[in-house]
Amino acid sequence: MIAELGHAALIIALGLALIQAIVPMVGSFSGHSSWMRLGYSMSLGQLVFVALSFVCLAMAFLADDFTLSYVAKNSNSELPYYYKISALWGAHEGSLLLWALILATWSAAVALFSRTLPLLLGARVLSILGAISVGFTLFLLLTSNPFERLLPMSPAQGTDLNPLLQDFGLIVHPPTLYMGYVGFAVPFAFAIAALIGGQFDSAWARWVRPWVNLAWVFLTLGITLGSWWAYYELGWGGWWFWDPVENASLMPWLAGTALMHSVSATEKRGVFRSWTLLLAIFAFSLSLLGTFLVRSGVLTSVHAFAADPERGVFMLAFLALVVGGSLMLFALRGPAMRKVADYSGWSRELMLLVNNVLLISAMTMILVGTLYPLIADVLEIGKISVGPPYFNFFFVPLMIGLAVAVGIAAFTRWKSTEARLLRDKTKLPLLVSLLCALILPLFLGADYSPSAAITLFAVFWLLATIGVDLKDKLGGNLGRITKLSRSYLGMQLAHSGLAICMLGVGLSIAYDESRELRMEPGQSAMVANYQFQFVGIDKIAGPNFTADRGQIRLLKQGQLITSLYPEKRHYNSGGQMMTEAAIDPSLTRDIYVSLGEPLANGAWAVSLQVKPFVRCIWLGGLMVALGGLLAAIDRRYRRRKAPKSSDLSAQGAIL
Amino acid sequence: MHPIRKQRLQVVILIVVAATLAGGLLAYMLGQNANYFYTPSQMVNGEAPRDVTIRVGGMVVENSVNRSEDSLDVSFRVTDGLADFEVRYRGILPDLFVEGEAAVATGKLGEDQIFQATQVLAKHDENYTPPEVADAMSKAYQLKQQQQSTSQGVTQ
Repeated sequence: MIAELGHAALIIALGLALIQAIVPMVGSFSGHSSWMRLGYSMSLGQLVFVALSFVCLAMAFLADDFTLSYVAKNSNSELPYYYKISALWGAHEGSLLLWALILATWSAAVALFSRTLPLLLGARVLSILGAISVGFTLFLLLTSNPFERLLPMSPAQGTDLNPLLQDFGLIVHPPTLYMGYVGFAVPFAFAIAALIGGQFDSAWARWVRPWVNLAWVFLTLGITLGSWWAYYELGWGGWWFWDPVENASLMPWLAGTALMHSVSATEKRGVFRSWTLLLAIFAFSLSLLGTFLVRSGVLTSVHAFAADPERGVFMLAFLALVVGGSLMLFALRGPAMRKVADYSGWSRELMLLVNNVLLISAMTMILVGTLYPLIADVLEIGKISVGPPYFNFFFVPLMIGLAVAVGIAAFTRWKSTEARLLRDKTKLPLLVSLLCALILPLFLGADYSPSAAITLFAVFWLLATIGVDLKDKLGGNLGRITKLSRSYLGMQLAHSGLAICMLGVGLSIAYDESRELRMEPGQSAMVANYQFQFVGIDKIAGPNFTADRGQIRLLKQGQLITSLYPEKRHYNSGGQMMTEAAIDPSLTRDIYVSLGEPLANGAWAVSLQVKPFVRCIWLGGLMVALGGLLAAIDRRYRRRKAPKSSDLSAQGAIL
Repeated sequence: MHPIRKQRLQVVILIVVAATLAGGLLAYMLGQNANYFYTPSQMVNGEAPRDVTIRVGGMVVENSVNRSEDSLDVSFRVTDGLADFEVRYRGILPDLFVEGEAAVATGKLGEDQIFQATQVLAKHDENYTPPEVADAMSKAYQLKQQQQSTSQGVTQ
């Protein structure tokens, strides 16, 4: 009964979405203000019904209703209740329902918090969000109905959730990532609404900015969580694989980052208007592309759970419609939005342009590397996968260039900046970062590592420029920090986070030491001044698995630091094996131990890894997200009337 | 030429040159790092290049996994149903690496005709077969069917 209720609620939501898509848009052309206002109530109604549908599916999972094919395939009565709920978005149908729920949430949030928008713009924004919702709800109902019954041959027990996904990371990673993906639908809707209107309202950028920032914060968090989950759950200590599905989340992030910076120039100076609109289209199109890549099963990837051509064709058609339609609209209306640029030399506008060129170059090369295997397959050139060296070759220099540009940009002013001022301000940071880059690697590793030196240069350059700028703004009085705008502090926090993340990436790669070896109980091995003593293996039992648990004593200079207990789990249902790594974490280094397989004579294959500063990667990611959040809740977005531009430029904030 | 036009022309030329260079570099790096997939039959027929990173995949042959006594050296054979081919690897095999199931190895074919893998990937859940392997298996299966029908034709 509950499943039918959920199904019905989804159909009602589709009806509401149709009304939301059509009526306000028609009203915006015919001038009926009551029609235009309809979008607000429809989007709230839609949220109620999609949420109802979602709750129904969750209840079916909790009640172990294996007559539902989706529940039977992805759950098991032995699962703890929290994994039963997170199993809801463990596979295709449920994760699309989550997509729809999040879209409805964003669209209701726009309806609630954008009361101050002009009616015309608000109506069109909600109408476009409604249209996207129609597409997704139709996709759900036609090709991926999670409420499908398996009658009369329903199984007594479910197949189980993939053990890899039975983890805290999977409870939080997908919803956060989707909040980001789907969040870019809001700036997209704003951009399309502006293009349909054919006029560029100067307040447009200020209305759209908090939405861009919020979506970006979620996406940043989602990617960080995903990388962290891969690190501790996949059992071999990697945190980024240039896997197509990871690329699918990084591309909208890069486009979104570019958008966030370009829209700031649009707000403050009115420049880059058509470019900002184009980026808003890009960011959402790439989010959709990501959904297509992951959900159509076209890729050989750890994440492609579904392989169903019907779904692929639907997604591809939807993608073509959205991307093609919006780009066509942009081609017709975009050029009219242009404004003659009036900036020169080392202006902040120029630095934001540099930022955009670097980010979009990175995005493009990832797009090419991700799609090339698909294109080659279609053209029958061969079955290809593009290796990580390709991505690293382009991405690393681009990001170092970005770090250098961010440091310079901190001191630039709108319109133009004196070259002499920049020289004065950058002198000290340049000195500090060069010294750190030359000297610190001498102490960090036995061999002098050039890649660590380059990393340290970029990191200390960023931190030092931020420090100098903060000192200037504070004027030596730390109490003034509360006087600085949240968007300025958010910017500096996010940029510091970038530095910390780069530190983690660069040093963990440069100084990583790892060994895979055969160990018998009682044997020890040395990795990077740490002694690992393999004590032995015992059998343990968990709620729905049994495991071989190893004990490894970790010593440094004869002193016991801790004992690590890596596991090799065997799941009762399905019989899948899984490696559970044991980690001794700290800010400056992680010790990562995992079990391979049992060998002859009671020996085991063991992987021992020492990873300096690896934790900084995710700490940096969190700082970046927090900075974005701080900027999004800046006071000026809550003012009803537009503030005078003078008091904003005085603060000189980019974000 | 008008100075503004001249400046615009310079910018356009700069952009064209930069885009060409970037595009060329992109294509070159893509070519360098594109790892082609070969079936065991293709490997046995000597179609694969040497000293280039390639991928080889198929079903792991039953009882072919051979662990060394005193190190992490391991060898196993993969098959597409027509031919089978030996893969060597040093290190820990993934959790889902099982005899009789699909695996894809990335590595290089040496001058000595030995394929040394640097990475071995197995399917990631019980019901999944990598598309390349599924494709190779079905091609081999079709070929086998054809051969069978022709050989039957000969004997009759």
